[in-house]
Amino acid sequence: MLKVEHLTKVYEGGTVALEDVSFEVPDGEFLAVIGLSGSGKSTLLRCINRLIEPTEGRITWHGVDITTASQDDMRRIRRRIGMVFQHFNLVHRSKVLTNVLQGSLGYVNPALSIINKFPKEQVERALAQLDRVGLKDQAHKRADTLSGGQQQRVGVARAMMQSPEMVLADEPVASLDPVLAHSIMQYLELINKEDEVTVLCSLHFLDLVHRYADNTIALKDGHLVFEGPPSEIDDVKFKDIYGEEAERVG
Amino acid sequence: MARPTGPRKSRRHALLVALAIIAGVVIYAYGFAVTNVDLSEIRSPSRLSQLTRVIRSLARPELLTYERVDTNTDVPFYMPCPPGGFTAPETDPYQRRVIVEPACVDPGADITVHGENFSPNARVTVYLVPPSNDLQFPLSQEIIADENGAFTAVLGTRERPSDQQQLIRSITREQTGTIFHPATVESIDPLTGAAVTVKSPRISEAAKITWDKILETVFLALLATTLGVFIAVPMSFFASRNLMQDIKIPLVKLGLQILALPVGAVLGVLAAGEARGLSEHLTSNLALLLVGVVVLPVLIAIAFRWSLPAVEDEPPSSGLRFARAGVLVVASVAGIVVMFLVGNLLTRFGTWSTPKLSSFGFLGAFSTTLGDIVSAIITLVTAFLAAAVFMSLAGRFANWLRTHAPDSLTRPLSLPLAAAAGAAVMLILGQGVSWLYRIDDPMKIIWIPGGVGALLGLGLAARVYRKETVSIGLTIYYGARTLFNGIRSIEPLVMVIVFVVWVGLGPFAGALALSLHTVAALAKLYSEQVESIMPGPIEAVQATGATRVQTIVYAVVPQIVPPYISFTLYRWDINVRMSTIIGFAGGGGIGSILQQNIRLLNYRAAAVNMLAIAIVVASMDYLSSRVRQRIV
Repeated sequence: MLKVEHLTKVYEGGTVALEDVSFEVPDGEFLAVIGLSGSGKSTLLRCINRLIEPTEGRITWHGVDITTASQDDMRRIRRRIGMVFQHFNLVHRSKVLTNVLQGSLGYVNPALSIINKFPKEQVERALAQLDRVGLKDQAHKRADTLSGGQQQRVGVARAMMQSPEMVLADEPVASLDPVLAHSIMQYLELINKEDEVTVLCSLHFLDLVHRYADNTIALKDGHLVFEGPPSEIDDVKFKDIYGEEAERVG
Repeated sequence: MARPTGPRKSRRHALLVALAIIAGVVIYAYGFAVTNVDLSEIRSPSRLSQLTRVIRSLARPELLTYERVDTNTDVPFYMPCPPGGFTAPETDPYQRRVIVEPACVDPGADITVHGENFSPNARVTVYLVPPSNDLQFPLSQEIIADENGAFTAVLGTRERPSDQQQLIRSITREQTGTIFHPATVESIDPLTGAAVTVKSPRISEAAKITWDKILETVFLALLATTLGVFIAVPMSFFASRNLMQDIKIPLVKLGLQILALPVGAVLGVLAAGEARGLSEHLTSNLALLLVGVVVLPVLIAIAFRWSLPAVEDEPPSSGLRFARAGVLVVASVAGIVVMFLVGNLLTRFGTWSTPKLSSFGFLGAFSTTLGDIVSAIITLVTAFLAAAVFMSLAGRFANWLRTHAPDSLTRPLSLPLAAAAGAAVMLILGQGVSWLYRIDDPMKIIWIPGGVGALLGLGLAARVYRKETVSIGLTIYYGARTLFNGIRSIEPLVMVIVFVVWVGLGPFAGALALSLHTVAALAKLYSEQVESIMPGPIEAVQATGATRVQTIVYAVVPQIVPPYISFTLYRWDINVRMSTIIGFAGGGGIGSILQQNIRLLNYRAAAVNMLAIAIVVASMDYLSSRVRQRIV
């Protein structure tokens, strides 16, 4: 169970990204986070693994307070939270395999990992993860030689390398064309259903939300404006979330 | 206010332009006066002839040495005239020839000697050779031929009548042999006075020295670049805003860490001394030494593996933690011992092998020097590492304190801690100032700096009392930048003066000066590359639970490898160019010999030096651009 209580983030300079956001995510749920660009979706996801320090509020996961965890504890927490990014965030000049192995950095001997030495079983696991996303034969290519869809699959494999209990996906398909979008979403669905990993996924397209999400929260200007199953988003709610001028597509 | 329009505006514009032109004239007039622009000097004939001479010498680099030998041009001659008179045989007008008129004279009468087709400006001396042909009597001083190799002189003869044919001999010293047909010449060694056979032309001494010195220059630049890179790479991370700005630590932690730093350093020095003592037991016996060098590292590796395991799922028990810390301390001391052993072994191997390697003796000498370097820096490295360990321990203690002690205790605690830390920093600075200015007054070097530091620390603590954290990352960032800019602003040519005092004249001083400058320049360039990398991968690696060091290794380093290589090559290129002139200030390399040649007005040798510099710089440029293309 992930519990977010009264979460507020004010950036230096006074921009309020999130204000008093509270919600709960049961284990194994596929939660879609929707809202316009700039509504605070990315900030919310990054507050959960504290890539961004929340200003106020509490986030507890399995009863552990994430917001006050020490640096060492935070590393232990982070390694069980995988993250998938809109722009994939692969290290372009590294091999695909190395990118996937980054997922094990929280587990391996820090001293040995500095000289790029990973235990054999981790390398085998990384190859297995690549196999799962259908990229085993690309393992020794440079990451930037892959296409966008392939890169995002590497991103998913990296997150899975962490053996996560939760995956935060920040607009994972926004940089991909619609056909590829479904293939990536299917991997996330597979992770969610097969491995029983909680998934928090921010999305743009409502049809993707309807198709994959168990539950939805919607943000508007940093406020939580909707919480409930995707089927409850009717035209009125839609205008609430996306503004009066918005029109539904798809 | 309405803007002026129409003719008023254009008049104002014209006035402004006129003022700007007048200002420009004044500025340049002053500039001319200050830089002593003087065209009358440029036109002065004596200067022009000197300039011509220098430029002509520079255009003829003395790559080859030609032996100069005397060549004789003989003309038959009678004194007095034989019965029936005498006419000299016809000579080829296209060959070197001398015509004496008249061809026979009464003893003592004047003759006109006319030479043709000598080398331009050849120096010729005319002699009278009697029939016996074993003596010759000079008839003239040195005659200088004109630009076409011709000369005419009216000379008196001597009272040496003879019935037989005599010779008028014109002797000129000329270089002999060509590159394709070298001549062999009997010569006298100027040092030993022995007769030797030498080739002409042959590689000149200037060329040989230039070769030695240009090699010295290239390697000087290589060493300076390497050393600079080693230090600049880690330093550059501290000078990168994007890596540093997020590092904020609680004041309590900062205070404890600052206090732990000198303690750690002192303990490190003591530990190094202890380890040196221990290592001496082993170095006394070669067999023991060898066993130590092999066995100890294995034991240390095992110890490290045990005490630094992969991150466990649960924090380890405190008993295990203490055991691990103890093992780590022992292993670290053993590590220092091993370094001493290695240093000793290298020195021994070097002194043993140098005479055996004959012309490869420099390899042995390298080993000796390396051993000396290792032994010399161990104490420094140990102090540094111990300080780091102590700071890390202090940091852990502070973290523990903050999670276990109530806020009402840690917050007030930050005040005395900050005061103590401030005092400690200022005391260390005070010692430095005291050493520089030789102040021995304890009031001035202990109480005043201590007090001021404590007040500063308190002030800082009061300022950040509410949010409790200090942006130490940004402080280090600005500190590092300032330091680099300071060092960078001093040209290596100036730095070398200090190093010459320290290590003596020669390439070593030059290498050190260049290294220091390289560190500052590269750290700046590198850090700007770090600042321009993509932030995404850093975020991604952080999100996996990686440590800060792991994040740098996996997300930062791969992104900066190409620009780092490119900048390093560029810097080597710069260092080669710098090292050609660093010799002017005593830093060895080709600059030293170039400066010598210029001072001695030996422009042809200087031309060889310059030629070598040009070739090396051009080929470095070519090479580095090729390598850059390959890698980037």
